[in-house]
Amino acid sequence: MKNIRVLMFGWEFPPHNSGGLGTACYGLSKSLSRANVSVIFVLPKKLDGFDHDFLKIIFANIRNIKFREMQTLIHPYITPDVYDEYLRTAPEHELYGLNLFDEVRRYGLQARNIAREEAHDVIHAHDWLSFRAGIEARRVSGKPLIVHVHATEFDRTGGHPNQYIYDEERRGLHAADCIVAVSQHTKNVIVEHYGIRQHKVVVVHNGIDHAEHRKALPQALTHIRAKGKKIVLFVGRLTIQKGPDYFVRVAKRVLEFEPNTLFVISGSGDMEHQIIRQAADLGLGEQIVFAGFVRDEELMKLYRAADLYVMTSVSEPFGLTALESLANGTPILVSKQSGVSEVLTHALKSDFWDIDDMADKIVNVLESKGLHETLAELGAKDVEHVTWESAAGKCADIYRNHLA
Amino acid sequence: MASICFYFQVHQPYRIKKYRIFDVGHDHNYFNDHSDRDINNEKILHKVARKCYLPANKLLLELLNKHPEFKIAYSFSGVFLEQLETFSPETLKSFQKLVKTGRVEVLDETYYHSLAFLYSKKEFVRQVELHRAKVKKLFGVTPKVFRNTELVYNNELAKFAEGMGYQAILAEGADHILGWKSPNFLYRAPNARKIKTLLKNYRLSDDIAFRFSSKSWSEWPLTAEKFARWIDAVNGNGQVVNLFMDYETFGEHQWEDTGIFDFMRALPGELLKHPDNDFVTPSEAAKRYDAVGEFDAHSFISWADIERDLSAWLSNSMQNEAIGNLYALEKEVLASKDKSIVDDWSKLQTSDHFYYMCTKWFSDGDVHKYFNPYDTPYEAFIAYNNVLHDLRYRIEAAKKKKTHAKKLRGIKKKKTAIKRQKPVKPTKRKMIKKVSKKKVAKTKSKKRHA
Repeated sequence: MKNIRVLMFGWEFPPHNSGGLGTACYGLSKSLSRANVSVIFVLPKKLDGFDHDFLKIIFANIRNIKFREMQTLIHPYITPDVYDEYLRTAPEHELYGLNLFDEVRRYGLQARNIAREEAHDVIHAHDWLSFRAGIEARRVSGKPLIVHVHATEFDRTGGHPNQYIYDEERRGLHAADCIVAVSQHTKNVIVEHYGIRQHKVVVVHNGIDHAEHRKALPQALTHIRAKGKKIVLFVGRLTIQKGPDYFVRVAKRVLEFEPNTLFVISGSGDMEHQIIRQAADLGLGEQIVFAGFVRDEELMKLYRAADLYVMTSVSEPFGLTALESLANGTPILVSKQSGVSEVLTHALKSDFWDIDDMADKIVNVLESKGLHETLAELGAKDVEHVTWESAAGKCADIYRNHLA
Repeated sequence: MASICFYFQVHQPYRIKKYRIFDVGHDHNYFNDHSDRDINNEKILHKVARKCYLPANKLLLELLNKHPEFKIAYSFSGVFLEQLETFSPETLKSFQKLVKTGRVEVLDETYYHSLAFLYSKKEFVRQVELHRAKVKKLFGVTPKVFRNTELVYNNELAKFAEGMGYQAILAEGADHILGWKSPNFLYRAPNARKIKTLLKNYRLSDDIAFRFSSKSWSEWPLTAEKFARWIDAVNGNGQVVNLFMDYETFGEHQWEDTGIFDFMRALPGELLKHPDNDFVTPSEAAKRYDAVGEFDAHSFISWADIERDLSAWLSNSMQNEAIGNLYALEKEVLASKDKSIVDDWSKLQTSDHFYYMCTKWFSDGDVHKYFNPYDTPYEAFIAYNNVLHDLRYRIEAAKKKKTHAKKLRGIKKKKTAIKRQKPVKPTKRKMIKKVSKKKVAKTKSKKRHA
């Protein structure tokens, strides 16, 4: 089989990521490189604070990946406001766009140079911030453009999109030769809200790197567990998309039945203050703990310490954390409005707004050993089939179809 | 000579409605779903009556009238008969009409279609007796043959049924026990003396019950003529072919448009074309044929799934926990003497509840999913678990009521006793007062301490 060269416009890698997108880019390209695909990975590079050597270290044993960096202030989950904030602190001698959208354009223009310098067969761009770069690269090389949708503006804003971002997304989706959606849930959004025809969108579910989650780690929160307390965990950015406010309301309801429960919220975001206030207003100061943004081994320890992981996302294109929880042996309750619920059978599922239904399920998991055991055991087996190898295989097929 | 022995299982459980933790302590009706979902028991019963029971009964009555040699047997669960009485007396009448022909035998089982034999022999006997009484009341007959829920069977059960006076018992002709032996003979459990074991010929039974409409099956379409030829082939190396299946095969599992009714309409005539064929009921088979050997089932077998074991009901920890919790209540439930508590506890024993919690095939989405009215096994468990909470709550309430009533009676007795008492002498009275004062002082100081 012919080796395929992919020019990939991707994002931050662990341990510098702030969410699932980085994990997904990393997992996918690592597996692609093993599937007879060589990847030229274009990465936005912030001037300060980026560890150059890290990339070489993490991929030292993988020959098929080459890195290119581009200087820019954009990064995933950025909003126009946050960009303005960055701009204020950026060194003056560097050229950046006047605002986020200007910067996205500038990033796109830079992509032309790379497309000229790097020989490639296909272009693969992840999420809207890089769509323009993908389009510009195609203008230079004429190679097929695949855009990969990890989240849409509808998911991020709970249905109140920023018009400019929506237009950028729409433009990228229409320009693409093929669209990869991380779930059927996301495909539906793309078809419904962006006027794209069904057959142009291929669903490729995300995967998980199982080996990483099998590490032996010291136990966390042992002092709390020793008191016989049960732990319910939330992990995610504290933004409207993730529904942290629903999680707090569910906590209140559960505590009516299971008062000896601790709710742990891990993550940060623009709703942080609101959520802390909400918890205080409901009198849950003692029962809800804010752990802040936690990653890697600390996060794995949290998963393992918890009795149940709950994902209350209002609209979740995929939901990698749910897979991570299962891989760490902790059962999950996920919102039906999530991509991950499509790939898992042995998971509890509720509508994010159905506080009573979620509370009913949580209370039962906390008090029934049999239910907890069955969900944990079969859920862990369930997640074994969800791998980056399989996702990379599907992407490689898409490349081949567009080269033929 | 090959005798054909038809037995149809007729059962409908009382499915639990969506019952949440918030309902505990407030709502004591567990089985009264009125939605469009498949947990609405009345709706299901009407649907199955229309598609299966009524047309199948009509057909079988027709066949009994046409062929004086034709015979069949039914086993009705008690909970099914109860639902017929409440929801569809018309269907009950049509079954009674069939039994009246004298060529339709009724078998015994546990009233609640339960797994009681595995957990409590006492409860098992209670349910079999209830069932016997129900059958006697509705059909005027007393069964002589026993079949346990889902053909769950082992040697011990055979012996036990013998002790209860049954002449025969039904079981699955499971390959791993039969080995080279044929299911087309009668057998005996190694520890039994008289009772005979009739074994389901699962190949021929399942040809009708499962494969009939399967277009990927090499024998499709199955005609009565072809099936009769397969039965004829048993002649000379078997005495009785036991065709055991769910009655819902007709019209519900195999829809009318598959031709299942036409197949059944033609089958007795085709079978009777061979002069050596005839029909028997299970008790007639037991009377006519001797047991030819031992059927040694040390561990439990059943007619469910390819495993033919208990795993459909008792393989994951949810199922085991649920059923364990249920039977742990037995003593208190019966001691409560509260009819509605006993009744609900019994209905919760029906094996279907545990079947709905099965995760074995959940991922592959086969028959378990088809027969599961809940979206997931977890939903089934949660509703069940919540109901058990409420039941415990009711048991406690009933207990308190009892002790309260006892106390009241006690107080009344005391009062009358005091009235009758002679006045106490003054000296003694003083002493009592002193003692009580001391006691009061002690408790007071304790309180302060705390």
